[in-house]
Amino acid sequence: MADLRSDFIGIKSPNPFWLASAPPTDKEYNVRRAFEAGWGGVVWKTLGSAGPPIVNVNGPRYGAVWGADRRLLGLNNIELITDRPLEVNLREIKAVKRDWPDRAMIISLMVPCDEESWKDILTRIEDTGADGVELNFGCPHGMAERGMGSAVGQVPEYIEMVTRWVKQYSRMPCIVKLTPNVTSILPPAMAAHRGGADAVSLINTVKSITNVDLDAFSPFPMIDGKGSHGGYCGPAVKPIALNMVAEIARNPETRALPISGIGGVTTWRDAAEFLALGAGNVQVCTAAMTYGFKIVQEMISGLSQYLDEKDMALSDLIGRAVPNFVEWQDLNLNYVTKARIDPDACIGCGRCYAACEDTSHQAIAMKPGRVFEVIDAECVACNLCVNVCPVEGCITMEELPLGALDPRTGRKVTGYGNWTEHPNNPAAVKAAE
Amino acid sequence: MSNSPLTPGVVPGRLPAASYRANFADKEPALDRHEAHVAADRCYFCHDAPCITACPTSIDIPLFIRQIATGTPEAAARTIFAQNILGGMCARVCPTEQLCEEACVREAAEGKPVEIGRLQRFATDSLMAQGVHPFARSAPTGKRVAVVGAGPAGLSAAHRLALHGHEVTLYDARPKAGGLNEYGIAAYKSPDGFAQAEVNWLLSIGGIRVETGRALGHDLTLDDLRASFDAVFLGIGLAGVNALRAEGEDRSHVQDAVDFIATLRQCEDKASLPIGRDVVVIGGGMTAVDAAVQSKLLGAETVTIVYRRGQDQMSASGHEQSHATSRGVRIITGAAPLRVLGNGAVTGVEFAYTADGPDGLRLTPETFVLKADQVFKAIGQTLRGAPAALRLDGGKIAVTGAGRTTLPGVWAGGDCAAGGNDLTVTAVAEGRDAAEDIHAALMDAP
Ligand SMILES: Cc1cc2nc3c(=O)[nH]c(=O)nc-3n(C[C@H](O)[C@H](O)[C@H](O)COP(=O)(O)OP(=O)(O)OC[C@H]3O[C@@H](n4cnc5c(N)ncnc54)[C@H](O)[C@@H]3O)c2cc1C
Ligand SMILES: Cc1cc2nc3c(=O)[nH]c(=O)nc-3n(C[C@H](O)[C@H](O)[C@H](O)COP(=O)(O)O)c2cc1C
Ligand code: SF4
Ligand code: SF4
Ligand code: SF4
Repeated sequence: MADLRSDFIGIKSPNPFWLASAPPTDKEYNVRRAFEAGWGGVVWKTLGSAGPPIVNVNGPRYGAVWGADRRLLGLNNIELITDRPLEVNLREIKAVKRDWPDRAMIISLMVPCDEESWKDILTRIEDTGADGVELNFGCPHGMAERGMGSAVGQVPEYIEMVTRWVKQYSRMPCIVKLTPNVTSILPPAMAAHRGGADAVSLINTVKSITNVDLDAFSPFPMIDGKGSHGGYCGPAVKPIALNMVAEIARNPETRALPISGIGGVTTWRDAAEFLALGAGNVQVCTAAMTYGFKIVQEMISGLSQYLDEKDMALSDLIGRAVPNFVEWQDLNLNYVTKARIDPDACIGCGRCYAACEDTSHQAIAMKPGRVFEVIDAECVACNLCVNVCPVEGCITMEELPLGALDPRTGRKVTGYGNWTEHPNNPAAVKAAE
Repeated sequence: MSNSPLTPGVVPGRLPAASYRANFADKEPALDRHEAHVAADRCYFCHDAPCITACPTSIDIPLFIRQIATGTPEAAARTIFAQNILGGMCARVCPTEQLCEEACVREAAEGKPVEIGRLQRFATDSLMAQGVHPFARSAPTGKRVAVVGAGPAGLSAAHRLALHGHEVTLYDARPKAGGLNEYGIAAYKSPDGFAQAEVNWLLSIGGIRVETGRALGHDLTLDDLRASFDAVFLGIGLAGVNALRAEGEDRSHVQDAVDFIATLRQCEDKASLPIGRDVVVIGGGMTAVDAAVQSKLLGAETVTIVYRRGQDQMSASGHEQSHATSRGVRIITGAAPLRVLGNGAVTGVEFAYTADGPDGLRLTPETFVLKADQVFKAIGQTLRGAPAALRLDGGKIAVTGAGRTTLPGVWAGGDCAAGGNDLTVTAVAEGRDAAEDIHAALMDAP
């Protein structure tokens, strides 16, 4: 069993799997059961200012996108921050932390964008015993219209300002949770860094409409015939989250900033991918909401088996793939592969043929008896056939060795060469002159 | 009644009432919406899909499955009915394991094909439940066509002809339309009066006049039909049966399996049907299996199928054979009947083992006797009542192309026509194709 103990900005937890701030962490009952199930830590459901709590809609608050067998691929919500009184939440946080001292307890916060409000809330949470705070600059619906959540997260100056207040009025480690609803994730991350954040966490949910009710002509979830955009999360957002995490992890200005990776983590493998791209730990919401708390047991056993097999420590995995995340112009254009169809594995469905013939490079021949073969002289190695083939491993990409002739271009495979030095690149030609 | 499976002789009511209901209920229950979506999702939407090629009516299977997957089973049904107007019955009776599902790439890949038959049923049931007919007739052509035989071939031809605007008269010798859908198919494949419901739904296209109780060769002649109609289609199936040619065949309780099945299909109260304690079925096809299984379902204690050749030569598919054995039917292969024993009523059948040699099958001296109080003959049906003017080919009506017989203006299809494989779906395809050919011929004619 690999050692999964995690130290994220000085916050210790028995494993790097935390529950994200959301319904799973909304109350003592849930969080106790989450800890019993094995979660390493929680970010408590976002707290607001003292006074009357916010209210939620009383109709459906979720929409969803499904795959085969109604497997949930994406979830969309229009829930707001906690709708329970602040004192109740604080009392419960304290009680749980007292009984579970080895687990990470982070408090998520969202209050109006003025110094007094932040100072006030930070004082109130002081004696809960929590390990840190997370600033919710991400929620894209409801709260944003009131100048909070993603309305702050989309303005780097606000992020920096609020982060500074938090560092000024609290001794606790501060994680800034970022919204993906921006054109580039870097300015918000840099602003958090400048403001003194100890870490960033991302992503919060993506603005979305999951579907439209075609009888009522309203976006879904539908409240009395009307719908509002919600926040999208779950497996569908993982690719977006991975890219944003990696952008921060490789950027010279932000690479020192620890990252808590969030967005579609569903299995140990997803978690490992986030860690490899630079996340120090991960947070999970939708997967727990779909399958319950028990999934953490698979995450723990899977990640530790993987680390054992690779003979790696958890810390070795973190950021391991970041150096290989490069710009397009740095890719080796002299790397040539050809699709290869394994005739024994092929079941003759013809999907590769339809895909390549109709939409790619007419590089697959359909022979009598439903035999499919790649025409090397046409194949550009796009990988589309691999992606549409229903049989895993049936089509593979074979690398042409150095010196071999590529029948498509009539040229021999040579060593590394990228776009910056390519003859077709006007910039490269200029540089050579 | 206090009869049980052990009561000697041929008696009704061997089982408690609830058993009959359970035994003759749907063999393969319908998929519900969610199950259908899960099953549909397994389809790969193959290019030039092999399942389409394997379907005698060439239904666009990937398209209709995708239409189910996207929540439009009614559109899926239209895709099916455009090729096969009896798609509802075919979904229930097709030996899919030898047709589309055998060809499905997922059968090759994992031995578990996409459940095409059940999905087809889901789609066709969805549309038929709405009681709408998916097609409208073309403008009247003023042409009149006689269709003889209201089985799958005749119904399919009549529908296609009516669709093209022709006036069709559909004759059948039996009191009800449907052919073997109504009188032959195993009861548990088509329960709850589906065959008649389907006929009524099919006829709702209009332009088809049904005349039952009218037999070609009795009250109809081919000459009269040719004289009074612009074209004639014959879909008269195989109304005769082969004889056993074994001694004692005429003893009582020795019966043709098809007659037994027809009686069973028409009987509302299965408990009232007499069945033997020890039943012997002679034959190796679908009819033998259906007679044997339904004997068992009626409460016979022992049921044995005896086939004269090897198991691999039985025309009943492996799937059907295992259905029979799973119901407790015993299958003996490589034995032929010598004589039916008994004194008045049958008491047993004596068989000789057979051996395959260079000059065909011969009997060996080794014999055995099976106890029997009822014997069903299921050794093949034959063409009966074909007009003498038509040339035959191997005992069936000779045809070329899309069912053209040797007489101008006369087409034939289904079981009565040469070629084909004596399946419902093939009869539907042949009826449809002959109708298209008739339509082309009539519209070409001056
Ligand atoms: C017991 C049994 C079980 C079967 N099970 C299956 C199965 O599970 N799946 C499958 O695919 N196939 C099955 N078959 C085969 C299938 O039923 C036939 O292939 C199909 O019905 C042929 O259709 P058809 O229209 O050619 O003939 P039929 O269905 O036989 O219809 C012919 C019609 O013509 C009428 N007719 C006959 N002579 C005359 C006349 N002289 N004048 C007027 N009308 C006449 C008859 O009354 C009948 O209505 C089974 C057959 C049998 C016998
Ligand atoms: C119903 C719901 C409510 C949420 N509420 C909050 C919240 O109060 N504060 C917050 O920071 N994030 C909130 N989130 C966002 C999640 O913490 C998380 O960032 C997001 O769901 C992506 O992770 P996932 O793909 O594992 O679900 C909420 C998500 C959901 C589904
Ligand atoms: S890799 Fe692309 S171009 Fe080559 S065969 Fe596959 S689909 Fe066609
Ligand atoms: S997609 Fe895959 S399984 Fe299908 S024909 Fe192509 S190689 Fe074979
Ligand atoms: S062969 Fe099977 S997977 Fe392919 S289209 Fe037909 S039903 Fe679908």
